[in-house]
Parts: sequence; C-alpha cells; structure tokens
Amino acid sequence: MHPILKLVAQRVALGCLLLFAASVLIFAGTTILPGDVAQQILGQAATPENLANLRAELGLNDPPLTRYFSWLGGVLQGDLGTALTNGRDIAESLGDRLSNTLFLAFWAALISVPLAIFLGLLAVRYKDRWPDKLISGVTLTTISIPEFMIGYILIYWISIRFGWFSSVAIINDSMSLGQKLNAIAIPVMVLTLVVLAHMMRMTRAAILNVMQSAYIETAELKGMPMLKIIRKHAFPNAIAPIVNVVMINLAYLVVGVVVVEVVFAYPGMGQYLVDHVAKRDIPVVQACGLIFAAVYIGLNLVADIVSILANPRLRHPK
Amino acid sequence: MNDQLKYYSDRVTKGLMTRREFVGRAAALGVTAAVANSILATAAKAAGPVKGGTLRMGIQGGESTNSLDPALAASTVPTVNLRNFGDCLVNVAPDGSIENRLAESIEASADAKTWNFKIRKGVEFHNGKSLTPDDVMRTMERHSNEDATSGALGIMQGIESMAVDGDNFQVTLSTPNADLPYLLADYHLQIQPDGGFDDPASGIGTGAYMIEVDEPGVRHLFKRNPNYWDDSIGHADEIEVLALNDATARTAALQSGQVHIIDRVEPKIAQLLDRAPNVDVKSVSGPGHYVFIMHCNTAPFDNADLRMALKLAINREELVDKILRGYGTMGNDFPINKAYPLFDDTIPQRTYDAALAAEHYKKSGHDGSPIILQVADGAFPGAVDAAALFQQSAQAAGIPLEIKREPNDGYWSEIWNVQPFCASYWSGRPVQDQMYSTAYLSTADWNDTRFFNDEFDALLNSAKAELDNEKRKEIYSQMAKLLRDEGGLICPMFNDSVEGVASNVGGWIEDPNLTVMNCMAGIKCWLDA
Repeated sequence: MHPILKLVAQRVALGCLLLFAASVLIFAGTTILPGDVAQQILGQAATPENLANLRAELGLNDPPLTRYFSWLGGVLQGDLGTALTNGRDIAESLGDRLSNTLFLAFWAALISVPLAIFLGLLAVRYKDRWPDKLISGVTLTTISIPEFMIGYILIYWISIRFGWFSSVAIINDSMSLGQKLNAIAIPVMVLTLVVLAHMMRMTRAAILNVMQSAYIETAELKGMPMLKIIRKHAFPNAIAPIVNVVMINLAYLVVGVVVVEVVFAYPGMGQYLVDHVAKRDIPVVQACGLIFAAVYIGLNLVADIVSILANPRLRHPK
Repeated sequence: MNDQLKYYSDRVTKGLMTRREFVGRAAALGVTAAVANSILATAAKAAGPVKGGTLRMGIQGGESTNSLDPALAASTVPTVNLRNFGDCLVNVAPDGSIENRLAESIEASADAKTWNFKIRKGVEFHNGKSLTPDDVMRTMERHSNEDATSGALGIMQGIESMAVDGDNFQVTLSTPNADLPYLLADYHLQIQPDGGFDDPASGIGTGAYMIEVDEPGVRHLFKRNPNYWDDSIGHADEIEVLALNDATARTAALQSGQVHIIDRVEPKIAQLLDRAPNVDVKSVSGPGHYVFIMHCNTAPFDNADLRMALKLAINREELVDKILRGYGTMGNDFPINKAYPLFDDTIPQRTYDAALAAEHYKKSGHDGSPIILQVADGAFPGAVDAAALFQQSAQAAGIPLEIKREPNDGYWSEIWNVQPFCASYWSGRPVQDQMYSTAYLSTADWNDTRFFNDEFDALLNSAKAELDNEKRKEIYSQMAKLLRDEGGLICPMFNDSVEGVASNVGGWIEDPNLTVMNCMAGIKCWLDA
C-alpha cells in the first residue's frame, strides 16, 4: 500500500477508537453530574409524583450500561434517536445547528486564514520595523481581550451607534444570503480578531525559523529580492507548522465558539450542546460530543497529510 | 425615554410647543431629527390599536430543550409561546380580578365545592375543530391524572371529579376552595383539542396566533389567527419571539431596533437604558420575591430564636437599594405583598436591628459555630452579593454567617429544598391561598422551609371555604403574622419586573402577574406605524 494511504488508514482507525473513548467519557461525565433529565426538565416545579412519572416515561430507570449500549447501537445504525427533553429528532435539529456552525466558521475562516498568513508574511518582510510591531501589537491586543468583550464593543459601535449590522445573529432558512451575511457580520469580525494572532504569530515564527537556514543566506547572497525568498524558499518549508496551527484554529471555530453564540444568540452547535448538558439530555450531548471529536480528529488528520505532502523527506520514506 | 424629551413631547401634543422647537430641543439633547419625529409620532398617536406589522420580543429563558407542550413550560419563552397560541378557561386580569376567556361564565355552589364553567361557543382550534366542553375536560384530565408530568399537577390535586353537562364543564372539589378560578388560570392549563393526549406538543390551540416556526432556544414565529373569537386581542400580523438569554444581547437588540420588547432588564443598567431616545423602561411590582430559606426542622434552624435573630440581622433597605437598585420593595418575612388581593398592609414592617438580633442570638444558645448559607446566582440575580451583604450585617450583630457558593448548574435539585439554609426565588401566585398551599402548608409539595404548623394549616383550610372577603382577609392576616414570627422564611425583598419597550409599541399596561404583561405583551400590544 502507498505509505500515505497506509498512514491515512491508520489515523482513521485511531480516530474511530478515540471517538468511542470520547463517547464513553461523555456518557460517564453526564451520568455523574448531579440531577437527571427529569429533575432538570421539571426544575423548581418538580413534585415526587411527576418526577417519578417523567423518569418512567423517559426510560431513566434502566441501568446506565443498558442505556449507553442501546444508544450506541442506534448510532451505529445511523439513528441518533430523539431528545429526551422535547422529543425532537436529534439528527434533524443537529443538522440545522451544525450547518449554522459551519456557515459561521466558513466565513470566519475565509477571512482570517488568508489574512493571518498575509500579515505573518508582511511581519517577516518588515521584521522589527513598524509594520511588524503594529501587526503584532494589534493582534496580541485583540487575542488578549475576552471574546464577549470584543463582541460587546463591536455591537455598541457597529450596531447601536452606526446601525450598520445586526446585533442579533439569528439566521434562518427564509433569509437570503445577503441577509444572513449581514446577520453574521459582527460575529465573524469577533472570531477573526480572536484567531488572527495565533495563526499570524505562528506563520511569522515558522518562516523566521526557516530564514535562518544556510540556503536562505545563499539566496540572499545571490541577490534574490526578499519577498521572492520568502515566497519561493521560506514559505514552502514553513507550511507544516502553519497548517497545524490553522487546523487547530479551524477546529476552534467549529467547537469553541459558545461564548460568541451566546452574545449574538447565534443558533449554532455550542448553545445547543450547553442547553442539553444543563438538562442532562444524554443522547444529544453524546451526539454533539461525537461530532466535535470527529471535527478535531478529522482536521488533525488533514494537517498531518498536508505536512507529509509538503515535506519531500516524509513523502518518500526510506 | 429621557424625562426631558417626554416633557417636551407632551407639550407638543398639548399645543404648547411647535414641532420645530421640539426638534431643536431634541437635537440639543443629542437626538437626531428622524428619531425626534418618530417620538412625536408616538406621542401624538391616537389611543386606539394599530393593526399590522411584526412585533418582535427578545426574551430571557428559552432553551433548545423547550417544547410546545403546555405541561412542560417552565421558563419565560415557552410561557410567552403558550399565551400566543393558546387560551385558558380564565385569566387573571392586571387588576387581580378574574377575566373569562374560554369560559363564558362561572358559577360556584354556596359551599364553593361545585363549580360550573359555561364553555364559550363558536371557538375554533387552529386545525379547524370546534371547541367543546369535552376538550376542556380532557385537558384537565391530562394535567391531573396520575401519570401526568405537568407543572400544574400540584394545583389540580384538590379536584375530586369532573364532568361535562351540556355546555358546561363541571368541577367538584374534595374540599371547598373559593379561589378555584385562579388555579385554573395557570398558564399550563391551555385548552388543547382532546386535551392534547395524542400530540401535546403540536402547538394547536385556540389562541390569537398560530405557530409558523418553532425553533426551540432560537426563535418562534406566529401568524395572526384570522378566526380568533376576541377582536380586542391580536393586533400585529406576526409575533416573533427570540430567545435572547444574554442580558447585554437583549439590551443591544432593543437599542438597535431589532426587537421591540425585552424582559429582565438588569436593574443596574435600567436607568441608563431609559435615557436612550427610542426606548422606555417599564417596571411593575408583582408578587415575585427573593428569599433565604431555613428548614424549621433542622438544627440549628429548629430554634425559633435563632431564626428570629437571622430575620432581624438582614438589612432589607440596603438589599432593595443595592441588589434591586430600587426596583423593588422590602419584604416582611411572609410571601405576600400588596400585589395580592386581601393583603393586610397594617402588619408592621420588620427592619434591621442588630441589638435585638444579638439578643435573640444569645437567647438561642447557639454554640458560635459558623452558620452556613448556600447560594448561587441562579437562585436569583445578585444572590451572591445579597448573601455577602447579609453576612456583613449579621456580623455586626455578632452572628457568624458563612457563605458557601454553589454552582448554578443543579442548584434546584441539589441545594434548594435539600439543604437547610439557602437562597431561593418565588415568582408568586395570583392569590394568597395558592401561595400558601404551594409552599407553607404542612403537606405542601414544595414546603421548602419545612414549616409544620397545625394552627396555620387550620387557618388556611378555613380561609379556603370562606366566601366573605372581609373574614378571609382577617384569616390571611393572622396567617401572615404566624409565618412572619414562626416561619423559616427570610423574605427581604419583592423584586419588580423591569422591561424595556420601544417607544413605538402601543398598548403596554402594567400587569403584576407575570413578566412582560403576564406574558401577554405579544397578543395585547401593537406597533405604531
């Protein structure tokens, strides 16, 4: 088998194992949390009778292992089941939420990834001069401010003072693409500001690292222009670490944006997961957990493959 | 809206100031001409409702786990939804009286045990089916049968039997209760076709609006029901209810004009928000109260002197001032205030008295070990701060109060009604009987202070059967005093509901029952063009 295919196969198998482990951990975690879904649904209004009734109705009296394996069996057959709290089909609600999350992540990535790499290159080109310092200063400032704070600041200025974009990012199917983009404009800005610094700094560091190699010095001595050296010699060799950090940030854009979703009331996966954790709705939490784990594992897999493809020494193992 | 602007716009409507002058004054206050004109339009509008438009509400308390099943409604968004698409037999009107809805008339037997509700004719469910007394009975059955998971199960327990008699729905109680209509006004008891047995979460009701989009935890869209039986309700073409749980997101949405009505404005920003040119902050005092509860049967709180020491050691004035920022009133250690009919306002107000508290503390013989108070901000907004203030004022009386901070998550299952001394919140009930029966009767499901007092129980039962309001008031007053002096409830404050409303919203009225006009702001308000 081709070594790359073999590596991919190995990683996918490992990924499946990790997914299984994650599902066990999530199940155990939600099971040991205080209170159960019946208690959480009824809240302060719970009486012993209606609590018992609801428990029986939801099948919570089965032992945990039975519940776990019946859930797992369903998933393997492609059935995510129904939410305990409101009886909705999980796959259906999850599909909507996931596509919303991906929509937001897509636009944030489309802006932040090229921008970060471009700014990284620019910082290298003007290393230790004012453009470098300005870029570093600004991005380090925005990454240091909590996301919700950036969100509130942008809402105040852009939405309330100038009235340019909407402060509530609720999107739905009846909206046109333009309306959707208007709704998510501010959250996309927040996410961009939050992930920019990380990717920009890594691009800068990786390229500077390569820039210290002997062959770059040779190129410099030959009189090659700086930008060309960066583009033709330094950047390809710095791809692996850059791709790694880009993938981590992409994963963050999918699974780590709960705060942004709360501030903008965005109907993504994060808020959906948090609501169901709070209600101890284990089937939904499991399904979300699996998707999040799959996103992480998948993106890491992509990062590995890209690194191999970018590096001839890994591409042709001895 | 800014007070000055209000004053000026009043003057314009009274003809004491010209339009041009007003715009000039408004500009001086930092208001653009466009906004100034819209303020004038609002001020000069005719009093009558305007039809049309989409009324948007940003409401706290909506989760993606919500359902349209009336039995499961426990937070504000589901309750607002119920009000939009459903009707109860009766409602509690803003003035505390009973307003007939699907019941056309109500008759009680002299002993208040048998009740007859004449069901309105010509009412249609959204699926085209006509309302019958059978639907009413089936609904009540669903909420009261033993398998019910309804939040209304507790209030249905006094019902002995139900029957349909021609156009009437008849209820027979096991013990008399003069307040039965108030119980049946509970928002869980929306009338559904066949009681909602087959598909409780269908969203089919008799209400003024029909559900179009149901995305739990995100948004709910309603279209006006063209066949609604009551013309005085349902003005906007559409109502959109957005679940905005973040306080800042709600405020921003109101300020940027994306929603017209928000609930739960944080007291600390209410005055700032009121200054915004196109927004009014409304507050109404209701029966909701923020409390600390002690279990009367658990040491050290089984000692009446210690309970009294703690009641005297809390500085109520300071709490109303600092926690509610004035949006509320002092409590008097019983769960009733002037929002209730038959409230006795002559009971003396308990105030902070460090010396007297110290005296009671000494008399209690407490060993001086720390008294643990468990709190989380999930109990009520500002609970942790309130506990810290309580700790300070108690310390001045020599009472060693220790605060244990608990997570919000799981608070209602692990701490409240389990631990002997903790913070809590009650939204109140429409009548005293229901409040006392829910939480202070010895046999109450939610007797969260573990208050077991035979005299109190006997008084409550005699009040239930008493149809003479003067006599009932007297009985309730005795009960209040008993609870105030013997009970495990420390009730330092009643919180106002504070809401933000865009100035182009018409029809807003003060309704103390539940937040946002008893959750009926959507169906009762309108948008001025």
